[in-house]
Amino acid sequence: MNKIFKMAILNLMRYKRRTLLTALLITVGILTVILFSGLAGSFKEMMIGQITDSNLAQMQIHKKGYVSSIDSMPLNLNLSPEEYKTIEKILQDNPYMEAYAPRIKLSTMLSNYSETTNIRLNAVDPEKETMVCPDVTNRMIFKNNVVKKIFVKPGEIIIPKNLAKGMKLKAGSPVVIVAQNKDGSINGLNFTVAAIIESVLGPQGKEGYIHINDARTLLRMEKPEVTEIAIRIKNFNRLNAVYADLSSSLLKFKNKKGGPIFEIHTWEKLSPFVNIAKMIDMMTISMKFIMIAIVLISILNVMIMSVYERIREIGTMIAIGTSPGKIMGLFLSEGFFLGLISGLAGNVIGIAGIYLLNIFKIRFSFGRMDNMLLSPSININELFWLTAIVLVVSVFATLQPAYKASKMEPVDALRHV
Amino acid sequence: MALVQIENVSKTYQMGEVPVKALQNVSLSIEEASFVSFVGPSGSGKTTILNMIGCLDKPTVGDVFVAGEHVNLLNRKQSAVFRGSALGFIFQSFNLLPVLTTYENIEYPLVMIKNISQSIRSKAVLKVLKSVGMLEQKDKFPDQLSGGQKQRVAIARALVTQPKLVLADEPTANLDKKSAVNIIQLMRSMRDEFGTTFIFSTHDPKIMKEAEVIFTLEDGMLLPGEENK
Repeated sequence: MNKIFKMAILNLMRYKRRTLLTALLITVGILTVILFSGLAGSFKEMMIGQITDSNLAQMQIHKKGYVSSIDSMPLNLNLSPEEYKTIEKILQDNPYMEAYAPRIKLSTMLSNYSETTNIRLNAVDPEKETMVCPDVTNRMIFKNNVVKKIFVKPGEIIIPKNLAKGMKLKAGSPVVIVAQNKDGSINGLNFTVAAIIESVLGPQGKEGYIHINDARTLLRMEKPEVTEIAIRIKNFNRLNAVYADLSSSLLKFKNKKGGPIFEIHTWEKLSPFVNIAKMIDMMTISMKFIMIAIVLISILNVMIMSVYERIREIGTMIAIGTSPGKIMGLFLSEGFFLGLISGLAGNVIGIAGIYLLNIFKIRFSFGRMDNMLLSPSININELFWLTAIVLVVSVFATLQPAYKASKMEPVDALRHV
Repeated sequence: MALVQIENVSKTYQMGEVPVKALQNVSLSIEEASFVSFVGPSGSGKTTILNMIGCLDKPTVGDVFVAGEHVNLLNRKQSAVFRGSALGFIFQSFNLLPVLTTYENIEYPLVMIKNISQSIRSKAVLKVLKSVGMLEQKDKFPDQLSGGQKQRVAIARALVTQPKLVLADEPTANLDKKSAVNIIQLMRSMRDEFGTTFIFSTHDPKIMKEAEVIFTLEDGMLLPGEENK
């Protein structure tokens, strides 16, 4: 076997320029995939981080049916204190739980005493909210630019930037919030603008924050209900596993009709960015297919040429008794080593490329988010699979020429000029 | 039984629509340790008969026995095994593997075909290298050797597996006169040293007279009364 490998490597070195060009082509293909995967993956992770850490949270639990009617922000689908306690117990028992926070979502009217507009409010417990969404204050502009740990206190409101601009409001401005509770009665409360929040993606462009106790007062809640429970887990990579675990725990609670009382969703079900994330994944897969095509065509081409140029040599080897299997093994080894050399070179240059991209820091803007810093990375599993794909495709591409070589008739091959 | 027994062998090739009779009803036998030459003009059937004996081709009609084996009944894989174990080949264009050194070219059949241990391999290769006078060139690649030297390496490669029979198709055709005679004499001395039967083809009268047994072919037919010089 060693001798076959040695001969395969010597044969590759025999046509140095051709081997080098083919290897270079495959290397560039792998390099492109690594850089694209690194950059696209970094962009995706950053965006998911922005969405989950500053606004949405990683998972949310609601009363069954809330998400499908989320646009109307129904108050009759709130979780009762007993239900909240039930869920709280499940969350506390989960070893992967880092934090959870109650929220009330309400649709209200905001007035600056001369104009009125609608605003969707997240009523939160600021301490718990900061633990679930640690970047929630990143987009907030406080008075004198002093970031407050308790970002919203009772009597304070944080309003979106575009609304503040239109209503000519700034930190310290007084406003009135009017809301209708689930019984239909209308109530209003005075607030002071504590901060302006810059919008991220999606509908939160017109979402503000108030303290959860103010929402309960405004909505005249007799019991401390919540609309949703936002969840953050210790390891984001375990999101699906924790989701499955919580989901099965929550499913045990049934209503009188036997249907589930609660529903749980990951960020993927709650944010439109998931479609962009899927597109990024599709593009990465497309890049891999292009790379496979490059490997397949270039190795097939070079091995067909190699067999054609060495017909007499193959004839000699068969004539002196080399078995068809060993002839096939020799050519398959050549394809394998060509793929291996290219794969390793592609990996090394790809890792160097990722390293350089991290040194020269790429910044970009997305939507209203400016100066975002990409930190591309690629994990060892990805490199392993890339190399494995290249090797498998290399051997596959060599199969036909190798088979042809092994099936040559020695008489014809020796006669070949 | 003779080492090579050919009985009523005919071979017809199809050249497009035209059938070409390469061999017609040839019968002959060759004894062990003999030094045999097939002679005749181009197209007389020399290469065809060597290919039959070497299990590289099969007769259209007739039977070929080599070392007691009915070789035209062997399948592709059995033929390869038989060639590797019982036969050695020397080609007109030397046909050395260009990526291997002299030593490695000679070692090739022992590694790829016989798969024997390194120490036995080394002894066998060095022995034949010494016999053909190429010991000092053992690390050179084929493109660093002269035509005569390449053919010596080819002879060593053919002998290293200790075959019963070595077949050489026009082994001197690409050599100058002096080298050609040297190669034939070397082949004969190898026959004397190893007891191997040598069968070669040539159309060169000076070379053919070196043979102990001559078979003359013309238009695919063996001319009568020409054997046993």
